[in-house]
This record gives sequence, structure tokens and C-alpha cells, in this order.
Amino acid sequence: MSDTMIEINGATLVADRSGALWWPAERLLAVADLHLEKGSSFAKTGQLLPPYDSRATLSRLSAAVGRFEPKTIVCLGDNFHDPLGPERLDAESKGIVAMLQRKRRFVWIEGNHDAAAAAVLGGESAPEIEIGPLVFRHEPRQGRARGELAGHLHPVAVAVTRARRLRRRCFVSDGERCVLPAFGAYTGGLDVFDAAFAPLFPRSFQAFLIGRDRVYPFAHSGLAAE
Amino acid sequence: MSVRERPKTENSTVLPPVFAAWFASRGWSPRPFQLALVEAGANGQSVLLTAPTGGGKTLAGFLPSLIELSSSPSVVQRAPLPPFVGEDERYVNPLIAKLKARAAVRPRGVHTLYISPLKALAVDIARNLEAPAREMKLPVKIETRTGDTSAHRRQRQRHLPPDFLLTTPEQVALLLASGDAPRMFGNLRCVILDELHALAPSKRGDLLALDLARLSVLAPGHRRVGLSATVAEPEILGRYLVPQRAGEDRRVAHIKGAPGAKPDVSILASEKDVPWAGHMARHALADILAQIKKATTALVFVNTRMQAEFVFQQLWSINDENLPIALHHGSLSPEQRRKVEAAMIKGTLRAVVCTSTLDLGIDWGAVDLVINVGAPKGASRLAQRIGRSNHRMNEPSRALLVPANRFEVLECEAARDALAHGELDGEKPRHGALDVLAQHVLGMAVAAPFNADELYAEVVSASPYRDLTRDDFDRVIDYVATGGYALRAYERYAKLRKTPEGLWRVASPQVAQRYRLNCGTIVEAPMLKVRVVRNYRGPRVTYAGRILGQIEEWFLQQLSQGDTFLFAGQILRFEGIVETEAIVTPGPPGNPKIPSFEGGKFPLSTFLAARVREMIADPKRWQFLPDQVKEWLGIQRLRSLLPRADQMLVETFPRGSRHYLVCYPFDGRLCHQSLGMLLTRRLERIGAKPLGFVASEYSLALWALKPMHTLDMNRLFDEDMLGDDLDAWLGESALLKRSFRQCAVIAGLIERRHPAEEKSGRQVTFSSDLIYDVLRSHQPDHILLRAAYEDAAAFALDITRLGDLLRRIKGNIVLKKLDRVSPLAVPVLLDIGKVPVGMDANEALLAEASDDLIAEAMKVD
Repeated sequence: MSDTMIEINGATLVADRSGALWWPAERLLAVADLHLEKGSSFAKTGQLLPPYDSRATLSRLSAAVGRFEPKTIVCLGDNFHDPLGPERLDAESKGIVAMLQRKRRFVWIEGNHDAAAAAVLGGESAPEIEIGPLVFRHEPRQGRARGELAGHLHPVAVAVTRARRLRRRCFVSDGERCVLPAFGAYTGGLDVFDAAFAPLFPRSFQAFLIGRDRVYPFAHSGLAAE
Repeated sequence: MSVRERPKTENSTVLPPVFAAWFASRGWSPRPFQLALVEAGANGQSVLLTAPTGGGKTLAGFLPSLIELSSSPSVVQRAPLPPFVGEDERYVNPLIAKLKARAAVRPRGVHTLYISPLKALAVDIARNLEAPAREMKLPVKIETRTGDTSAHRRQRQRHLPPDFLLTTPEQVALLLASGDAPRMFGNLRCVILDELHALAPSKRGDLLALDLARLSVLAPGHRRVGLSATVAEPEILGRYLVPQRAGEDRRVAHIKGAPGAKPDVSILASEKDVPWAGHMARHALADILAQIKKATTALVFVNTRMQAEFVFQQLWSINDENLPIALHHGSLSPEQRRKVEAAMIKGTLRAVVCTSTLDLGIDWGAVDLVINVGAPKGASRLAQRIGRSNHRMNEPSRALLVPANRFEVLECEAARDALAHGELDGEKPRHGALDVLAQHVLGMAVAAPFNADELYAEVVSASPYRDLTRDDFDRVIDYVATGGYALRAYERYAKLRKTPEGLWRVASPQVAQRYRLNCGTIVEAPMLKVRVVRNYRGPRVTYAGRILGQIEEWFLQQLSQGDTFLFAGQILRFEGIVETEAIVTPGPPGNPKIPSFEGGKFPLSTFLAARVREMIADPKRWQFLPDQVKEWLGIQRLRSLLPRADQMLVETFPRGSRHYLVCYPFDGRLCHQSLGMLLTRRLERIGAKPLGFVASEYSLALWALKPMHTLDMNRLFDEDMLGDDLDAWLGESALLKRSFRQCAVIAGLIERRHPAEEKSGRQVTFSSDLIYDVLRSHQPDHILLRAAYEDAAAFALDITRLGDLLRRIKGNIVLKKLDRVSPLAVPVLLDIGKVPVGMDANEALLAEASDDLIAEAMKVD
């Protein structure tokens, strides 16, 4: 299975089929929008969804970490679905987080919902960090932002194939910046043709759709609006 | 309602004088089964009445109740009146005395509850009952309750229930999930279930069975009347009607109505060639129009919405006399459907092209011809459709079958033969669905705190749930209370809590409110509205334009901008999906691109399939077949072979650079598709390098790089394929995910409507696929996954039938190695390319589309 590469502001990254972005040169793994404890957040409103979403998300993350063995892990914000999420995380999941943090730098970028993660779970906390040509933050800046890796928007794209349209989570990039797909097990998606993306990619963009076996690059013209 | 006969004297001793006089005033005489029902009613007996439509069946159901009430106090007067008051005090008849004694001490509450699968039917029956009630001056208040009933009227019905309440299963569930239920139904005397054959074998039927069990607790000893079309196994419905008890087989008495005249069924003999494949019957449209011209009013039944659109459009393209021909199917907007129904009642239409939406429904007296286009799929379904014509008992219904291809000719002939011998498809008893039970358990908690032991006893008295184990029942309660998760994460968010007395109660009024918003078992596939506009101006625009109806999302996802398709009788050009709407513009005249057609919606019944196999095996039975079809089978016999009815033929042959294997189980497309998936895995393992397969209603064709005639067919088709391979494949199957979604909605895991959504507009609904994936990997034995699996195995994938098929053909496979394609294999090979299938189809499609585009983008000219 061939890796799918994305060039961003001169850095070469790998769009992994788990939804994580791997930067081999820095041995850095970035994931966006984990939305941990989203299931239990909904339970408060009476929808008793399977309470395994945090475990599912974290096991997927540890599987990717096992494959890449990064020196640094960056979670690009909205790490928890609500501010009380870190408190609700069960012991098993906390154990996985602790394991992920061992012997490496672990950065919680702060998102809209979650400044509290580091306080409860350890690791660094920062509104954004800059490493070489790349800057990691939660919400994409309006206008041009060279080297930005962000989340927040949960991009999905609809590929037009010979037989039918297929909707998949995706990375979106124009070579200058990249929006990562949401990594959380219960996170929905926003179509890349939604107005929210337009100011970020004024010229054009490529979407990297996550399939079962690998990540498939699509030119803007091969996609349909949802 | 009844034929003219001279009243017989013994009849008048059963009917009270006022009723006998009413029958006489109409020139009618009560039919024997009507009197039998009066007698059963007087004895408090429950009965199943099977009779063809239009024979006075519904009136028979209501007669005992009307007689009971003819002498009882009106609902408005509450005081109990002394027994035997009425117009015929002097009249002494032990039966009537019993009926009246039952009625006379009746305080307020619903006396007779009538439940129909269709609200239109409930409304129509209520209207029809008004006449006898008025003419005999019976003190009976008759009301309907449907989704359309005003809030004001619903409220009044709770305080002042009518004598006869005519309604649908969903409304019954809502009424029972209320503290008023004991007051409304505590004095219930009779429940009438109409079209029971259609209702019982479904999830709606499961819910209704549970509601009947509750009614038996609220009003012990009330009697039930099941009204049904003729069925092959009346015992199943007989059990459905009566509370079951462990170790006993309880059934109600079965009364048969007069059989009516045998229907006059013919098969269209078109002058044109009988097509090899396809489902649209394009060749026969001129003949169909000619038949419509000769009839007063014709119902033209087809199996799918796409066929309906096609046939409708094509008929209009040759409708030189501008006959009023209408279209009716489930995706058209309700207003449009109601318009067609109203025109039918007025008798202003000459024909309606329709799908199963009109299989049931109110009587349209003027219909004198039923045309069934395409395969009948089952003898019972066909009988039901034919019964929609000519509601006069002594004249035969007239029906014309129009096969769309050669196999369908055989199927039509088999169905006609079955009807001529009065044979119908066998049914299997249902196992009540667990998701439906979960909904019911919540409803019962909403009604009042319940004791689990008592509710369990109540639930297993419903025949679909008679085998439910206590363990499963407790797991369902646990699911409703806290989600049923091994990880006990939600105790503090529980929907049900135990009181100190050990009763289960709802945790908050919000839980009850949400139950009411989400009650019901009919789950629509995700649908998008279709809006027709003049100009398309891109995806980020708000459009004004007429909504034509709704189409399933999966269908629209197959379309690209510019594709044309038929909908609501028009050619439309697909432009794009904007939010939750499909935007279309009027399409160009000419031939629309008809999207990949999925064959019939209903699989060929096992019973009819067996008859088709018998017919093929026996040339003596080919006499009624058209010459072309005879010739087709004859050449097959020469070139390959015709299997015996108990055998399955497997043919292998090379074609192009590929090697083909075609088999002919006749078990329906769904079952064949499952077989195709599993065979492909097996062929892959043994190195045959399979490339693809295509399934039809009758056969399955696979192709591979290696020849397959040397394989051991008995090994290849061994039943053990239903083991690990099946589980592995099912887990990933989109069909299982679809079943899961349905179960999750019915069981309330995913809410259709949520009070917060209207308030905040924030996302509260979830993609069920995400939930499915998480649940499957973390708690594969969860009760909803089991419910989804059971559904998929029984219906969506026909695994049950596949198991039967593999057992049937064990040791009975005949292999024929050919050097080229056989006549019987042609139809399924013609389907190749029309239906992309295969385990990795989505992945392959993505790869293909993606690589194409990259290659295109990277090309340096």
C-alpha cells in the first residue's frame, strides 16, 4: 500500500488512513478533533449512545502511534467534546492517554471546548505551536496562513465515481495549509464545498479521501458538493 | 355488500328484528359468515374471518358490536340502565340476550376498537358505518383517530371516548402509553383488526401484538375479530389473536367467508418478441393501453417506483385519446397521492399506474381490471392485487399479467396456475423483534410504573414473543434503562429507574415526551425532497420552486449533474443536492437515463420459485407458454440441460478471456447476492481468481480468470460457507448497517425527533454508521446488534433462505461444462455491467476515480 503524500509549505507529510497526519522529518504525528467523551456528553441529554467512543478513538490513535513511533504528538484541539470531558474519561482510557504521553512530547492544542485536558491528563497545553515551516492550531485563520495545520471544520468530501458518489472524511490542502479530518469516533463532517472552506482555499484545493485501505487524492474537479 | 337473496327464517332468529329489517330494507340477506360472527360475538368468542374483499367482511366484524350497543345506554348517559332495554323487549332469543347482557352493564369507555394498517381505510370504514347506525337509529358514537386528528378532538376523545374508535396501530401504542389507558379501554369489549394478513407479519405487527397483550390486561376477556384475506396458514393469525400461555397452543376459531368466483387471470400474449432481460415491459405498452381502453377503470400494478414512473411516462407517450391515466407511489407528495385517490373515488380516472401503495386500501367500485406488469413475485401478493378489482362477489375479478422477460413468463404462468388451484404462499411464524419490544417497554413505563415479572408475563402472551426468554427480556429493560452497555457508564442518566417498591418508572417527564415524539416502527430510508426549479444557480443558493415528492438519498447519490431521470411522471434533470433537497430542472424530452435498476423489490416467494422449477423440468407443462419461450427452453435442453425440479444446474463456459459459472437456484436476487459474495470469497481462497458476479431473481453468474469446471461443486456450495465467511462479510455489509439504523431508530437509540433540535438547531442526530462501528468493535453481543443481525438475516440478505437453498441442493447439483453460453444463461449475462457489485466495490471505485483524476492532472501535453 503506497503512502499518500501531502506537501505543505515545503514540508512533506503523509496523510495516514487513520486520519492522522505524519511528518517523518520531525517524527511528529498530528490529529484533529478527537472529541473525546462525546457519547457521555449526549447521555446528559438522554441519548444513551455506546459509551465506547473515547476508547475507540484512543485505540485508533495508539495503533497509529505504534506504527509511526513519533517523538511528538499534537492534538489539534476540540480534544474533548465538552469542558467536563476529561473528568468523565474512564480509567482505561486515561491509561491509554498516559501511555501515549510516555517518553515523548505530547501537546494539547486548545480548541473551543477544552482548555482543561492538560490539567487533568498531563502533557503540554498551548493555543498554538510552531515547528519549522509549520504552525499547529485549532481553528484555521481567515485569509492566507502559510504552513498552517488545523482542524475544527471536520472536512468530508463526496467523490464522483463511475457508479455512485462516495462520501468520506478527508484532508484538504492547497499546498500552503491543510485542514485535517476529525479523528474522533463520533464526529460528523462538513462538506468541503461548504462556505466555511471557501476563504481558506481561495484558488483551489485537493482533498485526500480516507478509504478503507488507503488515502485517495482527488482534485477539486473530481468532487461533488454534498 | 351482499347479494340479493331471500331472507331465510333461521337467520332472523339470530339477528334482532331491527337488524333483520335493515338488511331487508336494503334488499340484502345476511351472509352465513356474518351470522356466524354474530353468534361468536354473543358467546364472547374471538374469531379469524378470512374472506375475499368486498363480501361484507368489515360489516361482519362490526355486527356483533352494533347489536350489543343497540340496546345499551348511550355513552353520554353514564348511569347504568337495566338490562334488556330496547326496541324489542318482547323478543326472546338467547344469543341476543347474551349480547345485550354483556353490553347493558357497560359504563363509559371505548366499546369496540378497530385497527387498520391505513388511516384512509379507518376513515372510510367509519364513514360506511355511519349509514347503518343512522338508519337503525343506534345509539353509537363512531370516531376515528389518526395522525390528522386535531389536538382538540384527541383531548375530547380521552375524556369522552367514543363507542367505536377506528384507528391505526401507532395511535393505539400512543393511547396505551398514557395514564388514561385504563379509563379509555377498561371496558373494552371488542377489538377488530382489519387486513391482518398484511399487518401481522411485520414490525408494526409485533408492536400491535404487544399492544393487544396490554389490552388483554386492561380489559380481560374482550373478544377479537381478525379480518384477513385468504392465507395459506390461518393458524398463525389464529394464534396472533389470542393471549398465549406456555405449553398450550391457543388459537381462535376460523370462519371462512364465501370463496367468491375464481378470478379470471390471463397472461398477455404480445405480438412482439418476449425480451431476454429487463423489467420494464417496454414491448407490451401498446397492448396495455389497448386493455385500458376496453376497461372501465384499470389498476396497473408494478413492483417498483422506477417501473411505475417508466410505465406511466411511456403510456402517456402513446396515449392518443388522452385517457385520464394517473400515477401513484409512495414517494409522491401526499397532496398528489390524495388527489389521485379522490379522483378514483369520483370515478374520473381510467387507469392508475401504482406500486404496492395500492395493494391495500379502500374499495373502488369502478375497478374492473387489474394489470400486473412484471413478475408477480408471490401468489398471495398477486391474489391480493387481483382482489382490488370487481368487488361484486359473484362476478370474477379480471386480471392480466404482463411478463417483462422470459423468466417472468414462467413466473406468471406458475402464479396463474397456483391461483387456479387456490394455492398461496406459505408464511412462517414471526419472532418478535427486540427493537420493537424496547420501544414498547418504554411506552409501558410511560403509561405507569411497571413490575418486570408482570410485564414479562404480558409480553410472552403475545404470539410473536411467546418464545422470548426472561434473560432477553431483562436485557431489553436494561437497554431501555441505561443503554444495555457492559460498561456501566450511564447509571446517572438512566431513562428508567426502579422505585423502592421495585417498579420501573420513567426518570423524567422529558423521557415520556420523547417517547411520544419517536413512537412507531415505520422507519423511512433517508429521503431528500425533490424541488424543481427553472434555473440552477449553484449549490450555495436558496431556491424557491415546487416540491414534487421525496426520493431516497442513496438513489440520488448515484446521479451526477445533468443525469436525467423520471419522477412524478416528468423527465427531470438532476442539478445538485442543496442541504436536504435535490434540486432538479425540467429535463429535455426524449429518453431519460433510467438509473441502474434493482429488479423487483420483493423476492420471488419460495412457493412460486418451486413451481417455476417444476414447470421448467416438465415440458408437458409448457403448453400455455408462448412459442418463443418454448423454443428457448427447448434449445436449452439440447445445448445444455434442463434440471429436475429438485436439482440445481451449474453451467461453466469460457467467454472472452474469462471463465463463467452460472447457477440457477430461483431464490430471489437478495439470496443470490449473498450467495455470490460468499462464493467469491471461497473461489478466491482456492485460487480461481474471481473477478465479479451478478445476481438476478433466478440465477447467479460469476466470472474468474481460471476455469471452474474442475472444482468440486458439492464442496463449493457446501453449507459451511454460512460460518466465519458470512460473519466476516456481514460485519462490513452496508445492508447490515442499514438494518442497524432501523433498529436503532425503533429502539430509540437514535431519535427521529428531539425536542432540543427544534429549540437549538444544534446537531442532535447521529450517523448510525459511526455508532455501529464503535458498538461492533466494543460490544458485539449488544442487543441492538443482535436485532439488526436477525433482521438482515431474515430480510435484507435472505440468509435464512440461503441456508434452505444450500441444504436443498446438497447432493443435487448437476454440472454441465459448455463451450459457450447457454440460452438460460443469457438473461443474467445481459445484466453484467448494469449492476456493479462485489465486496470491494466502493474501495475499487474510489481507487479508480482517484487514479483517473490524478493521471489526468499530472498529464503533460
